[in-house]
Amino acid sequence: MSQPIDHEAIIQRFSGSEWDDKFCALIVPLSEATALAKWLRDDNDFLLDYCSNVTGIDYLDREIKEKVENEEGKMETVTRIDPSRIEVVYHLYSMEKHTGPFTIKQLTERNNPEVQSLTPIWRSCELQEREIFDLFGVNFIAHPDQRRILMWDEFEGHPMRKDYVEPFDYEWEPTPHDEILDKHQRGKVIV
Amino acid sequence: MNLLGAGILKGMAVTLKNFIGSYFDKERLNTLEYMWQNDKSLPKRAGDYPKEEGEQLRPTTTVTNYSRNFPMLLHDDGEPMDTIRCVACQICERECPPQCIYIEKSDDKKERPGGKPQFYPATFDIDVSVCMSCQICVEVCPFDAIVMNSQFELSTPDRFNGLLLKRGDLLKSNQYYHKIHPEEAADRDKRIADDKAAKEAKKKAAEAAKEAKKKAAEAKAKSEAEANSKEESKDPSEPPQTSTEHNKEENTE
Amino acid sequence: MGPHHPSTHGVFRMDVKLDGETVVDLKPVFGYLHRNHEKIAENISYLASMPFTDRLDYFNSMTNNWAYAIAAEKLVEIEVPERAEYLRVIMAELTRLVNHISLVGFFVNDLGALGTPLLYAFREREKILDLFEQASGARMMCNYLRFGGLRCDVPEGWLKRARDLVDRFPKFLDEYEQLLCENEIILSRTQGVGTLSRDLAISAGVTGPMLRASGVNYDIRKVDQYGIYNRFKFRVPYSENNVGDCYDRFMIRMLEMRESIEILKQALDGIEEGPVMGNAGKVFKPKPAEAYGRIESPKGELGFYLVADGTPKPYRFRVRPPSFINLTVLRDMCIGQQVADAVIILGSIDIVLGEVDR
Repeated sequence: MSQPIDHEAIIQRFSGSEWDDKFCALIVPLSEATALAKWLRDDNDFLLDYCSNVTGIDYLDREIKEKVENEEGKMETVTRIDPSRIEVVYHLYSMEKHTGPFTIKQLTERNNPEVQSLTPIWRSCELQEREIFDLFGVNFIAHPDQRRILMWDEFEGHPMRKDYVEPFDYEWEPTPHDEILDKHQRGKVIV
Repeated sequence: MNLLGAGILKGMAVTLKNFIGSYFDKERLNTLEYMWQNDKSLPKRAGDYPKEEGEQLRPTTTVTNYSRNFPMLLHDDGEPMDTIRCVACQICERECPPQCIYIEKSDDKKERPGGKPQFYPATFDIDVSVCMSCQICVEVCPFDAIVMNSQFELSTPDRFNGLLLKRGDLLKSNQYYHKIHPEEAADRDKRIADDKAAKEAKKKAAEAAKEAKKKAAEAKAKSEAEANSKEESKDPSEPPQTSTEHNKEENTE
Repeated sequence: MGPHHPSTHGVFRMDVKLDGETVVDLKPVFGYLHRNHEKIAENISYLASMPFTDRLDYFNSMTNNWAYAIAAEKLVEIEVPERAEYLRVIMAELTRLVNHISLVGFFVNDLGALGTPLLYAFREREKILDLFEQASGARMMCNYLRFGGLRCDVPEGWLKRARDLVDRFPKFLDEYEQLLCENEIILSRTQGVGTLSRDLAISAGVTGPMLRASGVNYDIRKVDQYGIYNRFKFRVPYSENNVGDCYDRFMIRMLEMRESIEILKQALDGIEEGPVMGNAGKVFKPKPAEAYGRIESPKGELGFYLVADGTPKPYRFRVRPPSFINLTVLRDMCIGQQVADAVIILGSIDIVLGEVDR
């Protein structure tokens, strides 16, 4: 079975990185991303030579209610605002040492998203980063061939974003199914 | 290195084996299951396909006892709408992944044989052009009201309304269900009966418990009353009842 | 080339730059089947995504279900009963047989051997699909697995029928190998064509039989030992050289089928009576968490990445499709080859467009 990977050593070496304990992921700043990835791949302690999965997550501004212990030692519900962001998540494994997964994340703002492309380090990122560019609109610096991949070139918008609104379908024609969908959309069916 | 072409000849031996073998061994036949047994059973026109309930289940068609196609609504013995099991709870409508079910709840309740009056679906439509036969509706239904049909002859000249199955098209009897999925139906009936028995047992147990409670309460009340009466007996103003009775008895004697 | 061409296994286009008959540059173009499966899944409940996973790689619906179930079971810790684990292994290995046998058929079809080998392959595939139909009710879109177990138990006599099939399968494989493996035309068309080096394969995240054909001993069944794969004794076939060509990829699949049969025999011996569904509640509503579950699907590593936010719907639902990522190296393998070879190379990658485009 895969064993966990020690993250302390990485943080000591790359001081800009942070460890997210809740989701067990290393958050990497843009400036350090390439160097860190290269080191993770080549260093004998890690040898994370295989990048399995690359994906994006879109977070809108949202309120999170958390139960926190206050000064008096009582549980209290605190509302905090989770800032909007786009996360690009990489799942790394080692084929050499059979370890993993090790998760690294690059965070970026939603308005002008830009992260470092890791395609020069792991070729497997190539198509997946193109997909994130296509569906989330994240710009990958130093990506060799950044084009739309699943949607057609003339397509506008980024469908996987949470605030994406579907345009009017010009091929639409009335079917009996519309009534059903309409009912679902009006919220008459309680989910 | 062997003779050039030896590999090809070896391969051709296999094809020959399969060709000749197919006359003797059904295992080697490709499409045995899809052949109609004789030409007479082949339909001449589109409308000649078997239409009656369960009639398509010949040994020659691909439909087995396990296959599923589109959902249907079950009713027990009797008039379909009087014994429909669906109570329009709309769980299946909510859970359906492609959202192909449309239900409208009735305004009034209808008497059910051997049960409380329940709502019934005033409208129950399934758009089979959208349905993907995933069986989620069957799983989530708490009333065993919706199950999968295996009827596949649904072609129609109207691709919109013809493929929208209405409540009347969907209603099928439990016997039909037993005919197409005997094992599954038997299992389901057994489970329903078990549930019912368990419920009744529970009810009985509850009643028994109630009874016991009642008795206990009575006993308690009695004992309390006795205790009270004892206390009362200490009261000089009112003579104890038991003693009066005793007196009465004495008197009668 | 494309998008409609019999060799492209769906709607898939290759922009090819040629010098005579030699490929100079190649760009794969796809997305014709894109339906944004991930967005759909984010708008419906966890369970409702299960039938949609069938449609990813429509040859292997059982393994797709399993990968999704593993990811979801990581989110909330659910125990899977013993019998369900055994049946999952049996279903997954039968799926592997289905996939590999039809892949070999299609691959030879791409070479120009139209019909015969593919029909023999499909004849055997039908028998396995019949088993699937008896167990789950559908031949291809099985939708059989659930979080914490299986939807229903297999019917009576099913295990015996499966045993019969498994016992008969090696005989068919012998025949099939005799038909194809020594055929001079196949040898000359595939050996040395579409070479993929070990280093490139690892870097490009190539998984499954394709990776092992390039000489890497990496099988997630062995590495992660998900389910109960640690109880079975089986070997992982991989190439001795550090370079894999089309013939290696073809042979690895033939060898993997033999190993699958070994696993199936052991699983059918070991299976015992018992419940098939764990104590998963009616409502699946995980706490905020992330989970990445992966299995060795017949095409490679199939992973599901789920982000839960405490509602009954996943906040993020991501599929890591093996055949999509295996396409990364298509260009590298095709450059310098003939046009006709590009078709075989694509065939040897084993793509299913339902999964590539999602």
